[in-house]
Amino acid sequence: MAHYDFNMPVTEEQVRRLRVNDTVTLNGTLYGIRDATQIHMFDRGRKTRFDLNGHAVIHTAPNVKKVDKSNTYPAGYAPICIGTTTSDRMERFTRPLLSEYGVRIIIGKGGLREGSLGAFKELGGVYLAIIGGTAALETTWIEQIEDVDLDDLNPESLWKFRVKNFGPLLVAMDTHGGSLYTQVNKSARDKRAAALAALGVKS
Amino acid sequence: MKVDLKQVEEACKELYIRALKVLPPDIKQGFERLDKAESDITGKAILGTMIKNIKVAEATDNLLCQDTGIPIYNVTIGANVEVDGFGLKQAIIKGCERATREYPLRSSVVHPVTRRNEHTSCGRAVPVINIDFVPEAETLSIEMIPKGSGSENNSWLKMAVPADGVDAIKTFVVDCVLDAGGKTCPPTIVGVGVGGTADLCVHLSKVAATRPLGTQCEDAEGARLEEQLTKVVNQLGVGPQGLGGDSTAFAVHVETAATHITMNPVAVNMQCHSARRARATFTPKGLTYGF
Repeated sequence: MAHYDFNMPVTEEQVRRLRVNDTVTLNGTLYGIRDATQIHMFDRGRKTRFDLNGHAVIHTAPNVKKVDKSNTYPAGYAPICIGTTTSDRMERFTRPLLSEYGVRIIIGKGGLREGSLGAFKELGGVYLAIIGGTAALETTWIEQIEDVDLDDLNPESLWKFRVKNFGPLLVAMDTHGGSLYTQVNKSARDKRAAALAALGVKS
Repeated sequence: MKVDLKQVEEACKELYIRALKVLPPDIKQGFERLDKAESDITGKAILGTMIKNIKVAEATDNLLCQDTGIPIYNVTIGANVEVDGFGLKQAIIKGCERATREYPLRSSVVHPVTRRNEHTSCGRAVPVINIDFVPEAETLSIEMIPKGSGSENNSWLKMAVPADGVDAIKTFVVDCVLDAGGKTCPPTIVGVGVGGTADLCVHLSKVAATRPLGTQCEDAEGARLEEQLTKVVNQLGVGPQGLGGDSTAFAVHVETAATHITMNPVAVNMQCHSARRARATFTPKGLTYGF
């Protein structure tokens, strides 16, 4: 269970070193991405002007306030509350994020499925678990909204955040086929029969 | 008592923002209880971060969670309350819309087909407004619940048959908790609707999921199920965020309704750990805010 501090972007070798239960803290650039963002990028042929190669994306759609552009608010947005959404809905976008854009890290809550685990192993990527519903805390790790693309999809735009000490986040799916979600799910399902027996359910 | 609709509009704006920022005391106590009993290291660390977030949200006057949810307003009207019902609904919608534009909050509400976001948190039939009548003569109460999607996306209805008995209800709840895993942002309040019609059964599951912790189902049969199911779902080991541990649910809540001789419906709706709600109470003495 090692801890890593990453200045983004990272290399394939850096993410392949990670194992489930390690922790990671990010500094620098972090991209925010969501359902509509990816539907438009992968189903409707839209492209982003951002270079996501080696970067981390977080499943989010923030609360922001529109303000005049300035050095403090270069994108014309002040952050209000930035948190994380459930990743599972976006399962089918993991592979193209890695293969078409070179994304190395996906941050979310609730985990991804076997398809993503396969993509992480094959293409070199990891899933970092952040704690859902703790957005007030997460917002204190965001220094600035640096830029925004595909903003007609607001709040599901593609956001470019600058982050400081973003974490620690838990490595929950790695490049070696490890997934804490698979482990916990299997263990919980193994207890199903005992749970039903305790409830007096006749088998 | 005559109700001032302008005051209702202001209160409905205020309620949305309040609900998003401060958790009710029963939920905070629920966290303390789980934190004391949690034996898993990861689970304990996650609960610690959740508790820290509650404090950070209050200290920084920020929203607890980014998900502003689907807004729900539950209104109860006392016998001697004089109010224009249509005007009341318009005032609620206006208050909800103003909270979103003026704060500003992320509007999480879109048209279901075009996916167009009007940036008002409102749309066709949204906010959800439930109206009921109560015996308290001089009281109008409005409860606001921003219902997050992570938990709402995990909702189920099963039209079991009488021959399946109560075993079908118990099995269904356990399977829903297993299927939800970490997607519902556990620890959750697992809301179970038993009986009624299909739509009433689902509605009851939402009432159960959003009921304060520490309250019991008024039907003794429902209360018995609550006790049994709360114990058992917390033995599955799903844990906080689905990453393992004892704290899968704060509680299982059950609400029941009479049903048809041929029916045995059961529904499950979950509330995430950010179990937010706020209440405004209008009496002849004035307006008070609480939970």
